[in-house]
Amino acid sequence: MARSSDRAPGATGTPDAVDSTEVTDGSDAVGDPLRPSDHYDSVAPAEPAAGDTAASSGGDRDGGVTNPRLGLVGYLRFFWRQLTSMKTALFLLMLLAVAAIPGSLVPQRTSDPNGVVQYRADHPDLFPVLDKLGVFDTYSSPWFSAVYLLLFISLIGCIIPRTKHHFEALRARPPRTPARLSRLAGYRSVTLEAGEGGASGVDLDPAAAVTAARAQLKRASYRTEVFGDSVSAERGYLRETGNLVFHSALVGVLLTVGVGGGFGYTGQRVIVEGQTFTNALVSYDSFNPGRWFSDSQLSPYNITLDKFRTTYEETNTDALGQPTDYTADVTTRTQGGDPRSTQIKVNSPLAIGGSTVYLLGNGYAVDVTVTAPDGSEPFTDTIPFLPQDANLTSQGVIKVPDGLSEQVGMIGFFYPSAVETGDGSGILASSYPDLLNPVLSLNVYDGDLALDDGVPQSVYSLKTDDMTEIAGAGAENGQKALQLTPGETADLPNGLGTITFNDVKRFASLDVHHDPSQVWVLLFAVLTFGGLLTALFVPRRRVWVKATATGTGLRLEYAGLARGEDPTLDRAVGEVARTHLTTLGVPADAAKAASRPGSTSNDTGPSASRGGRRITP
Amino acid sequence: MTADLAYYSLVAVYSAMAIYTISFVTFALDLAKRSGDAQQAASAVAVPAAPVGSSGGTLRKGAGGGSTIVLDRADTVTGGGDVPGASGGRRASKFERVATSLLVLGLLVHVASVVMRGVAAGRVPWANMFEFSLTGTAIIVGVYLVVKLFVDISYLGAYVTGLNLILLAIGTVNYYVAVSPLQPALQSAWLVIHVLVAILGTGFFAIAAGLSVAQLIQTKREQAKLANLRFMDTLPAADRLEDLAYRVALVGFVLWTFTLIAGAVWAERAWGRYWGWDTKEVWTFIIWVLYAGYIHARATRGWRGARSSWLSIIGFAAVMFNFSIVNVFFKGLHAYSGL
Repeated sequence: MARSSDRAPGATGTPDAVDSTEVTDGSDAVGDPLRPSDHYDSVAPAEPAAGDTAASSGGDRDGGVTNPRLGLVGYLRFFWRQLTSMKTALFLLMLLAVAAIPGSLVPQRTSDPNGVVQYRADHPDLFPVLDKLGVFDTYSSPWFSAVYLLLFISLIGCIIPRTKHHFEALRARPPRTPARLSRLAGYRSVTLEAGEGGASGVDLDPAAAVTAARAQLKRASYRTEVFGDSVSAERGYLRETGNLVFHSALVGVLLTVGVGGGFGYTGQRVIVEGQTFTNALVSYDSFNPGRWFSDSQLSPYNITLDKFRTTYEETNTDALGQPTDYTADVTTRTQGGDPRSTQIKVNSPLAIGGSTVYLLGNGYAVDVTVTAPDGSEPFTDTIPFLPQDANLTSQGVIKVPDGLSEQVGMIGFFYPSAVETGDGSGILASSYPDLLNPVLSLNVYDGDLALDDGVPQSVYSLKTDDMTEIAGAGAENGQKALQLTPGETADLPNGLGTITFNDVKRFASLDVHHDPSQVWVLLFAVLTFGGLLTALFVPRRRVWVKATATGTGLRLEYAGLARGEDPTLDRAVGEVARTHLTTLGVPADAAKAASRPGSTSNDTGPSASRGGRRITP
Repeated sequence: MTADLAYYSLVAVYSAMAIYTISFVTFALDLAKRSGDAQQAASAVAVPAAPVGSSGGTLRKGAGGGSTIVLDRADTVTGGGDVPGASGGRRASKFERVATSLLVLGLLVHVASVVMRGVAAGRVPWANMFEFSLTGTAIIVGVYLVVKLFVDISYLGAYVTGLNLILLAIGTVNYYVAVSPLQPALQSAWLVIHVLVAILGTGFFAIAAGLSVAQLIQTKREQAKLANLRFMDTLPAADRLEDLAYRVALVGFVLWTFTLIAGAVWAERAWGRYWGWDTKEVWTFIIWVLYAGYIHARATRGWRGARSSWLSIIGFAAVMFNFSIVNVFFKGLHAYSGL
């Protein structure tokens, strides 16, 4: 913060740099927002005098930087100033944009874990290198974190002094009226003269004109101060407030995302029609707790999937089979509450027990029973099959470790609307996602399921290393894959027993999500947006009205000064002039004509219009 | 019915493209004419420019016949320099007026096409890439015409029609898909808000990028590094172009910020998390950061001018990349191209 005021007008030791007796552009150190020294609107570095240049090598305005006696504190101060300068912020912003790119080029573990596995298989040489660089976890990698943390430190280093300064500015009075208003933006002057009939209706008293101007500007929410024959007014402090709110809210978003996420959890659960899910750690298929999660956070409730309904497009021939609706009819029970029937849909999750339950996926589950030759049923279960394509060809695995003479594993393909592929091979495919012609095809293996190796296995994959294919395309005995429709029973090869395809059901894949910080993130995001709007579109401006007696009449001068972007300044000054003249008793049409823009420029610089040509009729 | 309307919509697109093409050619002719005008102005430069405007002192009788008002009128100064050279109040050439009329006509046909597509689908017409291109290009033209109401940016006509033709042609030829119903994930009011605001933002970014390109060329000319492209003499000075580009980009940035927030709110409803670094999310974020950088660059001493405007152009390039390459070739949850 010190930087920007280092060379404020009047504070410089070189009287020739700035005429300190007259603040020519109407700016002052207190009223202006505090900005980094290399901000465009902050005071330009004064040209060092010839003698100074030699001393401070290369015209660096902060001679201390090259001072060999710069101590530790000095260095810290120097680095802090560097970090909080506009150029650094800009550089870090650009770096952030570039650093975010790799995460979109390769799959991320957080959003696409299967993609990472696939990438590893596809690029075995490249993968370890990239993995070392952390590009598969780009957004939590040290280098990405370093960039945004530095950016936010730089940001905070900018916000704090500016906020302090802004609080002071809010209490400050508008600055003294510049001596030559004619050098400022939107300048216009009007002389009212007593006519031949004597002044009637128009008040030619300068003091009264100033009082009227002050009252008018006050009404228009300007902060005003009278300096002799003029009134100085300033408005738009909200602009800097919005700016600070915007940047502080960004810090708020970062903090709530970073810290708040640790209190939540997400869990996934696949649940088949008729099944009930109980909100306890053991019920989840997968569970990602936040850093500060504890079991007690899981409030007791359960959800029964009564029915899963789907609608597919049936009439539009261009989109046959495209899903148009998924609805999970569920019954929920909370502790001590009555059962409640409700629905979960893709865009309308269910809020229950402090968490939210989302419907993220669905598919078919097959209900099969394996019967041993002795009539016992070592296996009966409903197994979710994972969808492989848009027509819901699904794949799943059935493992029967006990109860048969051998361990048996089956890789199953389920076709909801089975058709032959047409090449005579008898290979099936699904032509429609709904159940028009459901067929379950099973490749059967016997041998060792390798369940006792102690290595965890996925329920969706079969380890066939120590197994023999006894039915399917690869079976040496020529036995084809078993094909079953619901209700059918087939013999397993080698007299192992039989398998019955009882029924096909649907499953829903539910995501349970609890994130107490979410609402805070939203709040800060809304603040960000509101702050942005005010910071960009509320004009900060100063307006002066000066009234001087000319002997026979009254000379009125109006001028403005933009503090930051202000394309409508000229119009605003004109409006002030028009209203003021009308208040003084000038007829409306004359006031309007007199307050017409004095220049065609939108430019807000002080050189926009030069005063001068006095035209008398 | 649906198929008929979709067909008529397509016919309307091609008709609009034909009209845009003529408009583009006419805008190009206007630029050529501007070159000629500039040449003439240069040879007639000896004649001093007369004071522009009729600003003179006015004397009015007060209502009571009492007082006299003398207006001290400041010299008319083209402070930001609306136009360098002698063409202060340059009248629109015949070419320009014809081209603009054609552009409006093309837009009407284009909008008819968008509406028919929407009616055919029974929903908002921006649920896949083709429809996004169709609506997006109409909005770019709309934004151009709206901005033109406030500031004369007709020198961008050729850029707008050219860009529009390219995008519309790519969208129609490469991305066309038949009308299809909305998949469950898209069935939300946020589809209307989030995507529409994103398209609007894109429209403003497109105009801002055009102004920035014009600014860069103008800067080169002002530094006398570029002698040809005479028509640039009829354009505003570089700093005025920069001002305009900045203001238009600001509107785009606000809309983009809203898109980002609305998208996060929707993602929470549909996908169970508000932010997950999906590829489209990443690129939307990158674009936001680029434009944030642009706004900061413009406020940084030493960066105002040509340097900052490059960021605006890079930002718009990223917007185009996000729409085309990311949609088609990158894997992610925003897989709604329909291709």
